[in-house]
Amino acid sequence: MASKYSNMTVKAYRRENGRVGVRNHVVVLPVDDISNAACEAVANNVKGSMALPHAYGRLQFGEDLDLHFRTMIGTGANPNVAAVVVIGIEPGWTKRIADGIRETGKPVAEFSIEQNGDFETIRAASWKAKEFVHWATELQREECNVSELWVSTKCGESDTTTGLGSCPTVGNMYDKLLPEGITGFFGETSEITGAEHICQKRAVNAEVGERWYKMWKAYQDDVIFAHQTDDLSDSQPTKGNIEGGLTTIEEKALGNLEKIGRTSQYIDILEPAEAPQSGNGLYFMDSSSAAAECVTLMAAGGAVIHTFPTGQGNVVGNPIVPVIKITANPRTVRTMSEHIDVDVSGILRREMTIDVAGDALIEMICRTANGRNTAAEALGHREFSMTKLYRSA
Amino acid sequence: MTEIPHLLVHEHNDNVGVVVVEGLTAGTDMLCCITHDNSTFRLTSGDDVPIGHKIALTDLNSGDTATKYGEDIGKIIADIPKGAHVHTHNCKTKRW
Repeated sequence: MASKYSNMTVKAYRRENGRVGVRNHVVVLPVDDISNAACEAVANNVKGSMALPHAYGRLQFGEDLDLHFRTMIGTGANPNVAAVVVIGIEPGWTKRIADGIRETGKPVAEFSIEQNGDFETIRAASWKAKEFVHWATELQREECNVSELWVSTKCGESDTTTGLGSCPTVGNMYDKLLPEGITGFFGETSEITGAEHICQKRAVNAEVGERWYKMWKAYQDDVIFAHQTDDLSDSQPTKGNIEGGLTTIEEKALGNLEKIGRTSQYIDILEPAEAPQSGNGLYFMDSSSAAAECVTLMAAGGAVIHTFPTGQGNVVGNPIVPVIKITANPRTVRTMSEHIDVDVSGILRREMTIDVAGDALIEMICRTANGRNTAAEALGHREFSMTKLYRSA
Repeated sequence: MTEIPHLLVHEHNDNVGVVVVEGLTAGTDMLCCITHDNSTFRLTSGDDVPIGHKIALTDLNSGDTATKYGEDIGKIIADIPKGAHVHTHNCKTKRW
């Protein structure tokens, strides 16, 4: 059924595989930690390219290695990225990541350091990065339907105002845009603890709900109970959450779940950094609740815009995905306004309804898609944090 | 609503509400609003309570369940008079 959201369009980049991106980055991607220096040198040589240094990529194995590859390939494949230069210490894993990104059809070039050294690698990769920047900067934005956007969410430094205002604002946006055909992501496996019975019921059917519960239970058993020293009360709720008035994980989880609104249901479960395969709709991604890790995983899954409700003022950003900050906390608006894109503190004063707040967020999503830099982008927040499952070999 | 509320409550069966103004002092005649249907009532604060923190809507006894969003958010671990501050010193998760 047509609604006032049905014909909304944005000016964005349509990529070779049909996906829609809202940024146009040329990324210089290190396969491993020891290739960071070469990538940063290339990005320094070629303005308009961006290195994504990170801490891992050597001697990982099994599921942890699979996640590493998925995160690297997914980051390069993200539609906000126009072209990618991949640099690794040796050619094997470097080619594997480059080939994975190449499946999107976008330009990819790979370089390895062994038998070349940093100097020769940086020289050759800089020429390629320069060619990619010239090419990418001539690409034009075109009219795309809002329904083609993949929009993720994760909240941070939550307090009681997130459950009252900023999370329901995101939920209202999903309730309005998911029926139009957007693809959505939520997650934060550990933060659902306390409301898992409610989250299970928000699955599209019992089979998906059972798979969700098994995933959540495995996290509890394999991660929390296996590694806890006493309980999680020093970490969940966080010190910031408690300062903001959240007392228990149940209270925190209930506020968190407000992000999926009143009517939205998730249609499938994703591994960390996995791209959706079941069509348009809302997905739960098994993910850390740490802001930078979670946003990095959702970006690798293909999200092009992230909506981030915060109470006490989490300042996270991401190098390739614009992170829109929403707060309802008037003290945070007063003390940290440079970080806030959408002020919904009027909800607490009962001057703004959730419906109006949801529309304000949708407007900000469109403006961001059209090119407006978010607060996190303007402030240079480019946190790229890989999730690691266990010790390397 | 011409007067700005001091305290917001999610659901009618909740027994705690959230302070949504800065600098709330003990003895304030608070305007309280239930967000579910915007109905209002008044309550006197028993403590100075920071913005975002909770206040008991009724006398709560040790062993009671704290209810917010209409759901169980933990157990009360000390007697709390109506209007007083509810937080980690008198309310705890039931999970561990």
